[in-house]
Amino acid sequence: MNPTFDSIRIAGPEAVLTAGALVTLMIGTFTGDRGLRALTYVAVLILAIAGFSLMQAPAGVTQYAFGDFYVADSFSSFLKVLIIGAAAASMLLALPYLGDARTGRFEYPVLLMLATLGMCMMVSANDLLSLYIGLELQSLAAYVLAAFHRGESRSSEAGLKYFVLGALASGILLYGVSLVYGFAGTTSFVGISNVVAAAPARSLGILFGLVFIISGLAFKISAVPFHMWTPDVYEGAPTPVAAFFSAAPKAAAMGLLVRVLVVGFGAMALDWQQIVIFLSIASMLLGAVGAIGQSNIKRLLAYSSIANVGFALVGLSAATPKGIEGLLFYLAVYLAMTLGSFLVLLQLRRADGGPVELMTDLSGLSKVRPGLAAAMAIFMFSLAGIPPLLGFWPKFAVFTAAVDAGLWPLAIIGVIASVIGAYYYLRLVKIMYFDEAGVAVISDGGRTNGALIAAAALFCSPIGMLAITPIVSAAGRAAAVVFQVAG
Amino acid sequence: MTAVLAFYLFAGILLTAGTMVILSKNPVHSVLWLIVAFFNASGLFILLGAEFLAMLLLIVYVGAVAVLFLFVVMMLDIDFAELRAGFMRHLPVGLAVAAIILTEMLLAVGVWQPGAGVAIYGAVGAPPVGMSNTQWIGSLLYTRYLFVFQSAGLVLLTSMIGAIVLTHRQRVGTKRQNIGAQVARTPASAVHAEKPKVGEGVAL
Repeated sequence: MNPTFDSIRIAGPEAVLTAGALVTLMIGTFTGDRGLRALTYVAVLILAIAGFSLMQAPAGVTQYAFGDFYVADSFSSFLKVLIIGAAAASMLLALPYLGDARTGRFEYPVLLMLATLGMCMMVSANDLLSLYIGLELQSLAAYVLAAFHRGESRSSEAGLKYFVLGALASGILLYGVSLVYGFAGTTSFVGISNVVAAAPARSLGILFGLVFIISGLAFKISAVPFHMWTPDVYEGAPTPVAAFFSAAPKAAAMGLLVRVLVVGFGAMALDWQQIVIFLSIASMLLGAVGAIGQSNIKRLLAYSSIANVGFALVGLSAATPKGIEGLLFYLAVYLAMTLGSFLVLLQLRRADGGPVELMTDLSGLSKVRPGLAAAMAIFMFSLAGIPPLLGFWPKFAVFTAAVDAGLWPLAIIGVIASVIGAYYYLRLVKIMYFDEAGVAVISDGGRTNGALIAAAALFCSPIGMLAITPIVSAAGRAAAVVFQVAG
Repeated sequence: MTAVLAFYLFAGILLTAGTMVILSKNPVHSVLWLIVAFFNASGLFILLGAEFLAMLLLIVYVGAVAVLFLFVVMMLDIDFAELRAGFMRHLPVGLAVAAIILTEMLLAVGVWQPGAGVAIYGAVGAPPVGMSNTQWIGSLLYTRYLFVFQSAGLVLLTSMIGAIVLTHRQRVGTKRQNIGAQVARTPASAVHAEKPKVGEGVAL
């Protein structure tokens, strides 16, 4: 068969998403903004087809396409399922918001689909070139989405801030890429790993490049000290967009980081482990401490996402298959928890028409909306990592992996940060259940969002433990693949 | 010999122009120096035998990007006195940061062990016989680098959609050209004969 057609078949999800984005864009230009709802359903259908084409790939086989620029294996498939699922949820949950905020423009699902395409390319990247292109595709769509509510100055500010800082991060990343290319003589991950493994003494130039690459990627996962943009962008961006930012891009960038470090620079694990450990500790602590003073729920969730990235990085610090397995498991559960929390926020509106953003807006929610309050409580308890809920298990998995790798101090700091973090998660629960109702709050989200909340809450509740076995075994297979290539 | 002289000529002017870009006080002069720098860089490409890249540099960077820069710089109303005031105020901090970075770089270079020449793995090499390098670049872009090339196209599409989403708005009350209506005009709807009475005007 023609190698190009063969490659397109291997890159099935990307091909479907590309064609789908172009088709929805075309339909959108003809229907205009009136067609937003229908277009969103079409887009979700296309995401489903992309997910289905993912299932068509032979399981457990690593396939390279487009001259080794692209790789499809269990690792990329696992992350793509998460990404596509989170993106579909982000599309659906935006419908009520876009309907009444006078921001309903048909480009929303199109941009979201292009961002998803970028993220799929990121987790399948097998070369520094395709890594960069995928990252840019995702980031550019994200900048526009952050400023999507252009009538509001906060949203434009968020978009501009994100764009400027993101461009800086891309510049740093590219500088690192050029250094690595200059000193290794190749941009392919496998090629780099051969060069790194063959070099008798580690090359200072490659190390320099590696540090820059990690810095650039740390910005994308908003790990401390590259987290500055996160609270501002989450607060300013429209709530559905903030929900999207907190979910899928984190999973994609984390997957990218794992693949670059483990496959490309596996032989330099001792060097990058120190950096990742620092990022992890700093993110966990700052995420936990920084959230305490917040009164805005979106900022609170932003700090929560910083802290969670820190916990996930604990798994990467271990640099073992067990650690990566824990990281993937963590991402899967984190996505459900964070999307669920944002969904509850989106479901509520103040009686005077304003969005619910302050923590005090939720006071006494348990009396007005017992169902939503219970769901939010489940998400908060789960994010805090209280045992019977699902959020506890991935934390347990990453800490176990860290301890197995001899990183006792890291695990201890993680547990401490987790306890500090529990304070603000539980404070929200206290506000909902024990405070007197303040502002009148009404719930007017659609029925779809209600169903999504119920599904996420059910997943995070103790019933979700039924899902642990399949997720962990899939994550285990995915993690093994990454180390196979490296080894 | 001529090639060496030409190299030093182009490289020297390129470096001077590059320095002038950041040293000129007037941003318009900076852009003009930038154009000089581009011309000399394309001269270097020609010396390397990459005539297509040289022309591309001129067409894309000088023809489009630099001219666009020039427009933007001239259109923006920048108060340079104000900018310079900020510059002087932040100068000590800036110098401190620069000194730290310089020291770090010197330390790094100090322990540097220059390795053997780097082998470029999977390098493409010179074009096959009977193929110009322009043709060779094109054929590589559409075969070996197809994935990256097409994806770059998608990135551009995304930025285009983004620009339209963020800036395009339907204004109410503007008068737009309706080409269909213009074309459909007939003499019957546009021209009519009047017979004005003597001493009176015509109501139009």
